[in-house]
Amino acid sequence: MSSETTTPDLEIDRSVGDFSYDVAYAYDAGVGLTEATIDYISDVKGDPDWVRAFRKEGYRKFLEKPMPTHWATKDLENIVFENIRYYLAQGQQAKRSWDEVPDEVKETFERLGIPEQERKFLAGVEAQFDSEAAYSNIKAAVGEQGVIFVGSTEGLKEHPEIFKKWFGKVIPSGDNKFSALNSAVFSGGSFIYVPPGVKVKHPLQAYFRINAQNFGQFERTLIIADEGAEVMYMEGCTAPKFETATLHSAVVELVALKGAKIQYVTVQNWSSNVFNLVTKRGIAHQDAEIKWIDCNIGSRVTMKYPGVVMKEPGARGEVVSIALAGDGQHQDTGAKMIHAADNTTSNIVSKSISLGTGRATYRGMVHVPKHLKGCKNNTECDALLINTSSRTDTYPAITVRGQGNAVQHEASVSQISAEQIFYMQQRGISEGAAMSLAVNGFVNDLVQQFPMEYSVELKRLIDLEMEGSVG
Amino acid sequence: MSALCEPEVHASLIADAPVRGNWPAWFHEDQVKAWELFASLPWPSRTDEPWRFANLKAARPEGFRPADSVRDAAELVARSTGWEHVSGKLVFGNDTLLHSGVSGLPSGVLLLPLEEAVAGHAGLIRSHFMTSEPRLGSRKFAALHRAKLRTGAFLHVPKGVVVEKPIEIWHWVEGEKAAVFPHTLVVLEEGASATVIDRFASSGTEASLAIAVNDLTVGKGARLTYTAVQEWSDSTTAFHVNTTEVAEEGTSTALQMNLGGRYVRGESDSHLRGEGSRSVMLSVNPADKQREIDQRTFQDHFSPRATSDLLYHNALSDNSRTIFSGLIKVEEGAHETDAYQKVRNLMLSDEAEANSMPGLEILADNVRCTHGATSGELNEEELFYMQARGIPAKQAAQLIVRGFFGSVLERLDHAELQAHLGAILDKKLGI
Repeated sequence: MSSETTTPDLEIDRSVGDFSYDVAYAYDAGVGLTEATIDYISDVKGDPDWVRAFRKEGYRKFLEKPMPTHWATKDLENIVFENIRYYLAQGQQAKRSWDEVPDEVKETFERLGIPEQERKFLAGVEAQFDSEAAYSNIKAAVGEQGVIFVGSTEGLKEHPEIFKKWFGKVIPSGDNKFSALNSAVFSGGSFIYVPPGVKVKHPLQAYFRINAQNFGQFERTLIIADEGAEVMYMEGCTAPKFETATLHSAVVELVALKGAKIQYVTVQNWSSNVFNLVTKRGIAHQDAEIKWIDCNIGSRVTMKYPGVVMKEPGARGEVVSIALAGDGQHQDTGAKMIHAADNTTSNIVSKSISLGTGRATYRGMVHVPKHLKGCKNNTECDALLINTSSRTDTYPAITVRGQGNAVQHEASVSQISAEQIFYMQQRGISEGAAMSLAVNGFVNDLVQQFPMEYSVELKRLIDLEMEGSVG
Repeated sequence: MSALCEPEVHASLIADAPVRGNWPAWFHEDQVKAWELFASLPWPSRTDEPWRFANLKAARPEGFRPADSVRDAAELVARSTGWEHVSGKLVFGNDTLLHSGVSGLPSGVLLLPLEEAVAGHAGLIRSHFMTSEPRLGSRKFAALHRAKLRTGAFLHVPKGVVVEKPIEIWHWVEGEKAAVFPHTLVVLEEGASATVIDRFASSGTEASLAIAVNDLTVGKGARLTYTAVQEWSDSTTAFHVNTTEVAEEGTSTALQMNLGGRYVRGESDSHLRGEGSRSVMLSVNPADKQREIDQRTFQDHFSPRATSDLLYHNALSDNSRTIFSGLIKVEEGAHETDAYQKVRNLMLSDEAEANSMPGLEILADNVRCTHGATSGELNEEELFYMQARGIPAKQAAQLIVRGFFGSVLERLDHAELQAHLGAILDKKLGI
């Protein structure tokens, strides 16, 4: 194997997330994936027949689909599917109250920094410990409004009439190899339904966490905002560091019906041995708006291109993306905007920072098919290179058919100017702190779009990653 | 490759090994090797990134045969009127030299048909002829070109020599299903300077195949202005594979003007080899009818302090389709690079389609790189302004399109050449 295809295990100081506890796993499907594994998962979870059939179909497609290695990083070839655990659960029922949560799990969350007082602010916490939701607490107010906020397993069992209508419709299981894999073995993730006209005041939040060696997480999230509804969902990830690679392959589907608004916020900070290969897409109906706010800091390789299909006139899609590629990391992120109706608007803003031997890639797709009028897309990609060994790439693909639409893409690559650093050093700021300030300045306008506590966390994470990057 | 998927119609082009002709043994051996390479390489497929969005049917040209002699050489030579006072001119028709006029060249400058250059200047040919592997997708087509090559133009300008007046090279194709392999090789030694106009044209409206290679080598401090004016017939399939090498402080300015063809694939690979080298890449593409213009570019920076600047303008009307896929790559150590890339699509019909893939790969530090791609329509205000002054809508639109292309021509540091190309463009646009 060439040196290009192997990523060395790099020691990045992770004071947050770098710990694990022994947990007695109640259910364990073993390593590797066969049809028997899928039957096992279906049996354990008590899947309805249609889910079992859906899983098997996903498995068939997973085997059929090629790896995307003709365009993607060759590092994907280092994923050994036979060595991965595809299912592992702490218990079968999502815990309803904090008291029922096992102490050791609680301790993990304490270390992760989910303070109890935060619950006062947050509408609900769906914290995922390994595959199953180990803790869920929905504020009475949200429930009273008729909002459903449950784990995906509970969602498909208790609300099949809503769940089935959209599940696998935004992202068909055969969309790509990893969405097929997710379809075969998914467990965990959230199901949210917001009834017509309901505006959820507080963000709904879920923390995900990997806590077993070679254990992949395959969450499946489906969010439906009915006509005129509004919701913000936040997903944050931290994971302990392990010696062998783990695979994270989630599928997130969003459906915004007429006039609805969905914001989906992700802060991804997997440990540097995780392959994070995620498919995220939303369908925006008439005058609806879907906004992905995506921040990638951790993982070994992340491949994630949140998309919006603007299905009806007046729909709007937006992706705000921040990627920080540290030593040995490859952040391959971007956006997909599919205009499928007149007068649809999309906006992509992407900022990436490459430091050390890190590589940040923007990959985008904007599609305006025939006979549409009044479609607009604006894409801006800015990349910041910190060290001489850092790398950044930009690969947009834009198709426009017919006149009456306006599409523009702009990208730039820059460095932190020596003058800026010198100026700050003159005023007694150390070089490292000056670099941190400059990087924070570069992403500041985007960070401000994150909910408050996330933007604080983000700044802290950037400072952490920037430590030792000078010299 | 299995014999079954090889269409029978290819037989005449593919089944016959290269003809020795008058080539020396070493050159013919290379042709045989190229032939074997051509046979071993697969045809472009869906999963090849360099062929994304491409019309793969067109990229698998079927039913062509090597071109016969032209019917009336004198007539084609008479039609080869471009620049009025050239310092040298070569006219090729169906891969045969029809005319050579090299009276105005400074001494020491070589402007020869390739077969003479191979016979008399083997050293130069060995060090410059097809030395770069095509990297933008057309390796198979370039191998076929090399195997089937019968002649071509070779220009060599020695150290310090300035060729004032342009050199014009015409490449004609004639005959239904005729295949030609036009070749232009330009080598400027240190401090030399020249302007070259490559003209590609069909004698009639027949459906032909052209697989052209034009390689430009610009030495230390040398200056080259190169223009390719492509006017193949509306039913012709064409591949134009270009590699440009620029040495220290050298400047290459290359403009591709695509006025004809049914499917035209252009690959321009610029290697910025020396410190302070500069490559300007321009293209003017009034795409109309069923035309497909598929352009792939590469600005590869190997050395520090080099500059590359790409500007491609497409105006799409009728059922035309364009693809622009460009990559700026700043290799490790190529610090203080300035690299720019801009493609603009002006959409003039509801059926036209523009695909843009402007790419960046930056592996160095302290670089200034930007790229942009826009797709828009005619500016209503500009149209209204002109109509308010009595200019009919159609003419107003033409003028805006002409202005859109004019901003690319202006990048040529050569006023007369700008005017010359502008006139060719006006004729095409019917202004």
